[in-house]
Amino acid sequence: MDLQYGPRYEAFRAEVRNFLEAHKPEKPVGSLNPEVRHELVAWLSLQIDHGYWARTIPETYGGFGAEPDLLETVIMDEEFNRAGVARGMAAQGPSMLVPTLLEHGTEEQRSRWIGPTMRGEVIWAQGYSEPGSGSDLASLTTSAREDGDDFLISGQKIWTSGADKSDMMFVLVRTEPEADKHAGISYLLVPVGSPGIEVQPLRTMSGSIGENSFNQVFFTDVRVPQSSVVGRRGEGWKIANTTLKHERNSLNSNAEGTLLRLTRLMRQESANGVCTLESPLFRDRLMQLQARALSMKHHGMRMLTCSLKEERAGVAGLVTKLQNCQLNFDMSSLAIDVMGELGVLYDHTKYERDRGYWQAHSFFSLGLIIGGGTAQIQKNIISERGLGLPREPKPAPA
Amino acid sequence: MDFGLSEEQLLLEKTLRSFLADEVPIGRVRELRDAECPNDVGIWRSLAELGATGILVPESLGGSDLSLLDAALVAQSLGHAVTPAPFLGSAVMVPIAFRALAGSETDGWLRGIAAGEIRFGVAATELFSIREEAGTVLSDGKLNGKAMMAMDSCAADFILLTPDAGRLAVVRGDAPGLEATRLATTDATRCATELLFAEVAPEAVFEGAEAVIERMLDAGRIALAADTLGACESMIEQAVAYAGQRKQFDRLIGSFQAVKHMCAEMIAELEPARSLLWYAAHAFDTMPEEAPLLACHALAHISEIGREISSVATQVHGGIGWTDEQNLHFWFKRISAARHMLGGPAWLRERAASLQGLV
Repeated sequence: MDLQYGPRYEAFRAEVRNFLEAHKPEKPVGSLNPEVRHELVAWLSLQIDHGYWARTIPETYGGFGAEPDLLETVIMDEEFNRAGVARGMAAQGPSMLVPTLLEHGTEEQRSRWIGPTMRGEVIWAQGYSEPGSGSDLASLTTSAREDGDDFLISGQKIWTSGADKSDMMFVLVRTEPEADKHAGISYLLVPVGSPGIEVQPLRTMSGSIGENSFNQVFFTDVRVPQSSVVGRRGEGWKIANTTLKHERNSLNSNAEGTLLRLTRLMRQESANGVCTLESPLFRDRLMQLQARALSMKHHGMRMLTCSLKEERAGVAGLVTKLQNCQLNFDMSSLAIDVMGELGVLYDHTKYERDRGYWQAHSFFSLGLIIGGGTAQIQKNIISERGLGLPREPKPAPA
Repeated sequence: MDFGLSEEQLLLEKTLRSFLADEVPIGRVRELRDAECPNDVGIWRSLAELGATGILVPESLGGSDLSLLDAALVAQSLGHAVTPAPFLGSAVMVPIAFRALAGSETDGWLRGIAAGEIRFGVAATELFSIREEAGTVLSDGKLNGKAMMAMDSCAADFILLTPDAGRLAVVRGDAPGLEATRLATTDATRCATELLFAEVAPEAVFEGAEAVIERMLDAGRIALAADTLGACESMIEQAVAYAGQRKQFDRLIGSFQAVKHMCAEMIAELEPARSLLWYAAHAFDTMPEEAPLLACHALAHISEIGREISSVATQVHGGIGWTDEQNLHFWFKRISAARHMLGGPAWLRERAASLQGLV
């Protein structure tokens, strides 16, 4: 046990802190809106120049070119969090496509896409799920059939977050209809503006609040060159799994921060003239949540140590997503209870608290319990891969 | 940055677990439930030979002067094997208090603990829960009154007592005027005692010990949480093993999602709690200002998940899990008896809130 980072890393922390003091934007610049996109691009480019974004991506591909160092990443995240600004851009291009291209892409694909993606010049959406293929993703049916040097894509994708604001999509399609279901899939890069693509917004339970817009995307004979395949034809399933691994890594949550916000709310909120923090029942629930938040925080440190030592975390590494998502939902549930009958106020109406944050947080956490592998699929993975319990026998074909 | 166990700690755990598996198997625990006191002297001596009883005793007094995390790993192994031993009081709480009070008397006791020659009971229940008009008064050098649910005190050589939140007293187990009655509890692996004091002269009294008592309770809470965590760990192992061999409807029951998910939920609660426990134990030695809050949260949280895990692990076994023969109840009862030993979860959470100024 040694929780010190040591002088070299503390110096790095000071450097990040100084950078943020000097350059932190006065107002948020995360918007993908075309009129203000240049602000995002400028801010991301500045971060790359200083090595706080795209840090380990080679310079030839538009990155900073540093050696990977997990502790530096942790320190950057901590300091940006502390300053209340997003580090880089929390989007599927940088977090999922770029690592995939670095691992499986051709030289041409890397040179063309990585730099612009990291700088926010090209925005990506992920096209995996389909109406008939959710937990059983490998059963997907969107097809890409050969037509000369091209593919023609037809089918439908769902849960494509941000497709309405994206320039490009990375899509899983079936290219080898004769092959086994896992072996017939390819990973394709497709411009969202291609003829034959129709993006329809999918309204979710969170309604108007929250920028995370979902869509359905319809493909009708969408033409892309065969060179748009990442990796080899038929290897899309394997490649997608690398991407999903990156998604799960990026599902870390800041439970401690949410808990502080909840405590602040409870201090401010009162009912019948009594501060809600004075209510023993509410206070007890808050303390139960604090214990869970502390558990997840230190569990994160334990998992980080495993990564630093390149040790396998075993079953302990499989439980994080399940537990964090439920914890987030439970924190928003307490917040909503604390607000009592006013907890349902929404859409920036009069008397609404925290600009609707808690209801939106509740909806969004519920979505995350399901998205990225449902809680039930997580429990299958934990018990089968983590505890070695037998798989459920496949039913005999009907 | 290294948040994990060292090679030495992993070895300590491995050595202890293999010793307990060989020397104190569940059959031995069953025998001891019929003894007058389950705290068998032979087990205690063997633990001393392994260095476990002196784990927090300074090297100059024959101990190994290790950290609370090391002590917690021992407690966890004892919980895992449901071993009857007065470890929590004698090897954790008493050494933590005596180290802070360093003097010639306490040195002698610490030496005896490390050598496995002395066993201490601890009577501190009234600091957090007064029932049955319990309470002891120390005045004019004499103790009078009653202490309830004292730990490991029916056959102890000495008892460490807290007459109030600011003083510690040491009493001989055979002191004239002291009447110790073991109370039967559900947990056959521990000893809970009622102590009646009539003009009992203590061996030693330590005044102004408020901070020492708090430290002692924090350490005890972390070690007790570790004991429960170890017991939970074993129950999950037993449930998973059973689910992997028991067949119903021509299938291993572990292949049914209903059963699988019960197991997944148990381990999903356990692993982050283990991380919390490690941090709390580490904080006790290196970040003492954080320790009281973490000790409360660790014990409260692990007591809560302990209740759930002990119930679910039993259910995975079906009817056989409810029988005496299957032995699971030793773990179930050890977990449930720990729940209120050093403050119940609700009390601990209220203390956690008050430590942060939220009350």
